[in-house]
Amino acid sequence: MELQAVLMAAGGGSRMMDLTYNTPKPLLPVGNKPLIWYPLNLLERVGFEEVIVITTKEVQKMISTDPKVKLDVKMKLDLVCIQEDADMGTADALRHIQQKVKTDVLVVSCDLITDAALHEVVDLFRAHNATLSMLMSKAHEFTETVPGQKGKKKTGEQRDFVGVDGTGKRLLFMANEADLDEGVVIRKSIMRKHPRMHIKTGLVDAHLYCLKKSVVDFLADNKSISSIRGELVPYLVRKQFSKSTNSPKVIDETHQNLKKNDKIQISSRDEELLHLTQERSCWNDHRGDMSDAYHGGRLRCYVHIMDEGICYRVNTLAAYIEANRLAPKLFDEPAVHPSAVVSERCLIGADSIIGASCQISDKTSIKRSTIGVSTTVREKVKVTNSIIMHGVTIEEGCNIQGSVICSNAVIGRGADIKYCLVGSHSTAREHNSKIAPEKRLTECHRAEVNITYHYKSITYNNCHKVSK
Amino acid sequence: MADCGEPDGPGNKDDITRSKNEGKELTKEEKQRLRKQKKHQKKQKERKNEKGPSETEKDKTPVSLLPPPQPVATQKAPSALPAPASAPIPVPASAPFHSSPAPSPADKPAKSKAELKAERRARQETDRAAKQPGSSSSGIKTKVPLSELNPVVKRLPEHVQVDDPAVVKRLAKKLERQQIPLRSDYGYKVSLFSHLHQYSRKAPLTQLLSIPSTVIHPSIVRLGLQYSQGIVAGSNARSVALLHAFKQVIRDYTTPPNEELSRDLVNKLKPYISFLNQCRPLSASMGNAIKYIKKEISNIPSQCKEEEAKTKLLTCIDRYIEEKIVLAAKAISKYAIEKISDGDVILVYGYSSLVNNILCEAFEKSRKFRVIVVDSRPRLEGREALRRLVQRGISCTYVLISALSYILPEVSKVFLGAHALLANGYVMSRVGTSQIALVARTYNVPVLVCCETYKFCERVQTDSFVSNELDDPDDLMVTRKGKTQLENWQDVSSLGLLNLVYDVTPPDFVDLVITDLGMIPCTSVPVVLRVKNLDQ
Repeated sequence: MELQAVLMAAGGGSRMMDLTYNTPKPLLPVGNKPLIWYPLNLLERVGFEEVIVITTKEVQKMISTDPKVKLDVKMKLDLVCIQEDADMGTADALRHIQQKVKTDVLVVSCDLITDAALHEVVDLFRAHNATLSMLMSKAHEFTETVPGQKGKKKTGEQRDFVGVDGTGKRLLFMANEADLDEGVVIRKSIMRKHPRMHIKTGLVDAHLYCLKKSVVDFLADNKSISSIRGELVPYLVRKQFSKSTNSPKVIDETHQNLKKNDKIQISSRDEELLHLTQERSCWNDHRGDMSDAYHGGRLRCYVHIMDEGICYRVNTLAAYIEANRLAPKLFDEPAVHPSAVVSERCLIGADSIIGASCQISDKTSIKRSTIGVSTTVREKVKVTNSIIMHGVTIEEGCNIQGSVICSNAVIGRGADIKYCLVGSHSTAREHNSKIAPEKRLTECHRAEVNITYHYKSITYNNCHKVSK
Repeated sequence: MADCGEPDGPGNKDDITRSKNEGKELTKEEKQRLRKQKKHQKKQKERKNEKGPSETEKDKTPVSLLPPPQPVATQKAPSALPAPASAPIPVPASAPFHSSPAPSPADKPAKSKAELKAERRARQETDRAAKQPGSSSSGIKTKVPLSELNPVVKRLPEHVQVDDPAVVKRLAKKLERQQIPLRSDYGYKVSLFSHLHQYSRKAPLTQLLSIPSTVIHPSIVRLGLQYSQGIVAGSNARSVALLHAFKQVIRDYTTPPNEELSRDLVNKLKPYISFLNQCRPLSASMGNAIKYIKKEISNIPSQCKEEEAKTKLLTCIDRYIEEKIVLAAKAISKYAIEKISDGDVILVYGYSSLVNNILCEAFEKSRKFRVIVVDSRPRLEGREALRRLVQRGISCTYVLISALSYILPEVSKVFLGAHALLANGYVMSRVGTSQIALVARTYNVPVLVCCETYKFCERVQTDSFVSNELDDPDDLMVTRKGKTQLENWQDVSSLGLLNLVYDVTPPDFVDLVITDLGMIPCTSVPVVLRVKNLDQ
């Protein structure tokens, strides 16, 4: 077996708590499919037959019991549960399943929506016998207004600096702005070996990594590394050029110590043959200096940077909304689900998705929106640029613009909701009420909120807000 | 007697036996050909019966290997024939018949009808002469001269018949059976070379495979990628990498129940070889290595246990690499160093691992010489050769091939590497080598070719057109100062880019071939081949 797929679905979605306090992040509906369906579909399309899914007990329960959460994938899913409160990083999770990992792994995050050609990443991994191979994409500006957010998004913090060589494939440098004190520090040894380096900042890390098995074994010994993206990847990138890599280095040593005696002999004879091949081959990955291919280094990290195509990580509200816009392009199902009851005198735009078992009544207008499963939309409702999740009831005469209505909410008659986020199970009712822009309504189970005219305020759980 | 001898002799019968011996199901074309041959033979027989029925009866003796539907000849079934009553004629039956001239079936060109007829008549003469002394030993006697005169009609290999749709269809069907994706050709092909494949490096074969590759062993997928991207390039490197990958395949192999390792492992290797062929056409050295492995595998006795068999195969592979590549390089260096004298100016072309090895060893033995490295686009392999020589401390000069005639008056010897040595003495090497040899001959500079014996090939070729390799035409595009002139070459309808990889140098331009068996003239290559075949 060549590669094992590992899907990390235990994340909390800490950057979109409004959406995820009720629904765990892997099961958030995007284009009426749970978020976890997208990476699973990607793996299935590419030809994987088994996936190890690391998730929480809650998600596992919901997947097995909830009929709305249908993961129609043909692959075998091996669900591994970890404690929610253990606060495990992604590297910790990998360490947890170290016994199951028998070959090189392909780690995917559950919030990745992409149509990238995975073979590009894996080909770099195979051809150069790399230790790490990852996928990145040029970041797109999010153009949609995000409900509940005041002002522009703050850019400039948390930037990633990625340094690649002249071919654009070899990863030379990676650092996050938060880790740097004053400026970007590049070691002389890197500059000597790769005098031309391109440093890019506008890249999105897709959190898709091909890792060698020896890295997983190394993680088992080094318990201090807890996050793949934050700690392991920068560590590996730095280790490529450290002085000790010319002799058998840390990662290889731990690997060899685990092998039995005869296996060491086998690997050494094979190493000789590989060395002979490299010696006789006339290929070099760089030119201009006197060193052999790869500068004699044994640890290599590669990156594939996508120029075009969809690649989103749904970990913020803005990304969630953008993903909902673009998700229908990724699969060929019809926009209007066949089981939805759509009356004839309504206007449904071409880029809207209607989920299963919906009921759309007359004289409604739905544009650029996603309507979830089992939603009821009464007459004379205008829904534009919005995301309506499952089980929502929208009474007559509502006007919903640029908003996100979470599952099982009830929008009362005549409500006018602009650029708001209505939490799940909440009710917004009032005749002729207006919820002004940049508002967030979060509500827990079945409490009611009476909304009259509010201006730029946020309504919290379980309270009645009296108008001013 | 309906089965009375195929007067056409072993010629056509060989077609039939050969097609049967190849074991696979007969395709439609082959069945049609068989039918036509039978009709043809019947007509010939009637014609011959007018001439002399006695001769035809005598002719029947050695030609009693008949296709199964026809009843077997009653006469003098020679020892070669163990009553082939069953449909598949066993391979050993034909083996003594085809023992010596039994080369790889794929490579000889088909002979014309006139030549076939002439051979038939010659055979009949010898038969008549042999029949006179005695009939008892005639079977055996006639067998020997006949087998020597056997014209073995070979099929052209598929990779040089790309413009023939029937062949392409056959290849597609074979690949489908083996579950390997077909790589499609790319770009406009120059008409003289339209019979060869031309692939693009940007469309690797792996995009059509599933990622955790189950059909093909992962080390073979990795190898195929490395071939197609040029990471492993050079005849020796490719063979060593191939054998290394085969070692891993053998190590991971388990015999399925009710199967024999000797037969099943060979069948397992066949799709891998097709896959590698699709990634990049196999080199002659790789072909010989594969033949060796297949022979070793089929020679494993059936009572051998799996673990034993596997370790035996692994040691065989190690020994092959050690003998044919590493030790051969040492032996060749030893001979070649005798030819390098102090004060020499040696010209090398491109990158040949063997020539580099020789020069480095000569330098270590403190010979005083300097090297001129000639390089050519688009591969620019000479840069790597230059780097390795300069790293050792050898003083080098670097020119492009266009400056060859300028630099040659300074040169005292030319050392060339070879990709393969053909059976008629021609040297197949990187494109540009024949130019070097030609110009060197004009200046009366000795040309020495260094080649290990495992690269000797039984193919015969006199020009570089028939069998060659077309590399990615986009490699010829070069970007200078931000502009790529040939960027839209596909849009210009009258423009074709040709990126040849190999060319063929005639033996008149080569003065000496240095092999691990010694220093031989170019024309002795068929002798070496014959000696090698007798050994095996």
